[in-house]
Amino acid sequence: MPRTILPGFRLAMGCTLLYVGVIVLLPLAALVWQAADLGWARFVTVVTGDRALAAFRVTVFSALGATAINAVFGLALAWALVRYDFPGKRLLDALVDVPFALPTAVAGVALTALFAGNGWYGQFLEPLGIKVAYAPLGIVAAMTFTSLPFVVRSVQPVLEDLTADVEEAAETLGAGQARIFAGVIFPAIFPAFLAGCSLAFARSLGEFGAVIFIAGNQPFRTEIAALLVFIRLEEYDYPAAAAIASVMLGAAFLMLLAVNAIQLWSLRWTRSAA
Amino acid sequence: MSAKRRPRVGDGPVFRPALLAFVMLGAALLIVGPLLIIFVEAFKAGLGIYLSNLAAPDTVHAIGLTVLTALVAVPVNVAFGIAAAWAIAKFEFPGKGLLTALVELPFSISPIVAGVAYLFVYGAQGWFGPTLDALGIKVMFAYPAIVLASLFVTAPFVAREILPVMQQQGSDEEEAALSLGASGWRTLWSVTLPNVRWALLYGAVLTNARVMGEFGAVSVVSGSIRGVTNTLPLQIELLYQDYNAPGAFAAATVLAGIALLTIVAKLVVERMDPDRAG
Repeated sequence: MPRTILPGFRLAMGCTLLYVGVIVLLPLAALVWQAADLGWARFVTVVTGDRALAAFRVTVFSALGATAINAVFGLALAWALVRYDFPGKRLLDALVDVPFALPTAVAGVALTALFAGNGWYGQFLEPLGIKVAYAPLGIVAAMTFTSLPFVVRSVQPVLEDLTADVEEAAETLGAGQARIFAGVIFPAIFPAFLAGCSLAFARSLGEFGAVIFIAGNQPFRTEIAALLVFIRLEEYDYPAAAAIASVMLGAAFLMLLAVNAIQLWSLRWTRSAA
Repeated sequence: MSAKRRPRVGDGPVFRPALLAFVMLGAALLIVGPLLIIFVEAFKAGLGIYLSNLAAPDTVHAIGLTVLTALVAVPVNVAFGIAAAWAIAKFEFPGKGLLTALVELPFSISPIVAGVAYLFVYGAQGWFGPTLDALGIKVMFAYPAIVLASLFVTAPFVAREILPVMQQQGSDEEEAALSLGASGWRTLWSVTLPNVRWALLYGAVLTNARVMGEFGAVSVVSGSIRGVTNTLPLQIELLYQDYNAPGAFAAATVLAGIALLTIVAKLVVERMDPDRAG
């Protein structure tokens, strides 16, 4: 089938499939198998139990909050990095990668120390009645940190490719700055922006390490889904752990599909614009 | 990036400084703050205490276990990344999009989900657990499980870095080498890999950072046995829960240092590789 004269297709393909099968697909299949073993009725009972529902709600709403913050901040950051020249630009660009490179547990202890009542940030926030550490806001803070690079890194290349002539054309037609941004620039970066937001949201849904240090982990209030899976494991309630983890796996697949659909759409979008 | 250009949208005298101030403040609070406090907290009691915290036997053991995990997981995933990128970049076949998605799948999956999934394969109640147990092979809550979970979490990193470079470069140089009589392996070693060396290096560095820092997946499969199966991130959690914050932050400086080195490696790679410079 391969038309090239290059060798090694079977070997490379065989190794890849074997590896993906053993390392990635086998465990996921085992997880789904375990969850299916519960039977539909019990599965539904487990994942719609009060504590599980509360954990899903906390996770989804915190992830939405973190994504909203990163949508605004990430767009601003990408804009500054692409459109402006300023001292420290390269450093700022490098700093964007810190949340990807820094282990989540390290981020967790650092954020907890910052937001604790006597911490650098907490000492100013708590007198104002804003409690972050060991409170729902802490989950948002942790998720915001770990998913910070996604919007920036998605929007940056698209913003870079935008040429000045479209903006100039709009300007000669008499459009104001806000109008040009809303009518010309934002539509062009919108698919990439949406993809970045989806990636940030997906990452936040699954975040564990950074969150558990700062959240306080009270059932019904600051307990995320990933932690509930962990707790069920420690209680040797493996079916419940499998069921909740399967819901998280399903959500991850849905987000993956969404991101892929957005990327396909953006490809067509840029082609039809060209 | 011409120095002189017409002012564009967002270059206004109020908007530009306001946006820059917002971005700088946000970056300082969200990124620099967390980095800084790790080192401040670790060194608060002085260098002597810091060093003695690092030299605590359990922490030293955790560092050793973490390095040992990376020593296996990084080369394996580098090999996998090269094989996957070779198959996907150099050949046309049906289902290519699906295979690419499968290779990237671990990115989308919560580390906790990955850890639990492994438990159901190798754990006592898992598919292979009882058989392995009967054979006297311990996978779960031991070194092999830590390596397996790390492999899962970092499987896509190398492939994702080298695949775009390979696709961009095409196969002309490889075909030339082959027509001159070089063997397939020789072509891979002397043509393909040198062409993607910077992306490969960065992929390996990224894999290493993630392996050493992985928390969620490893905390499920390792059992967190103090001084036995605790990797460095787990040790940080343990010290933190023991109210030994200085010890936790001392251990955290090691991982934060690795993260900073990873970012420096990225800058170096971007500078060395004109194709990648953004």
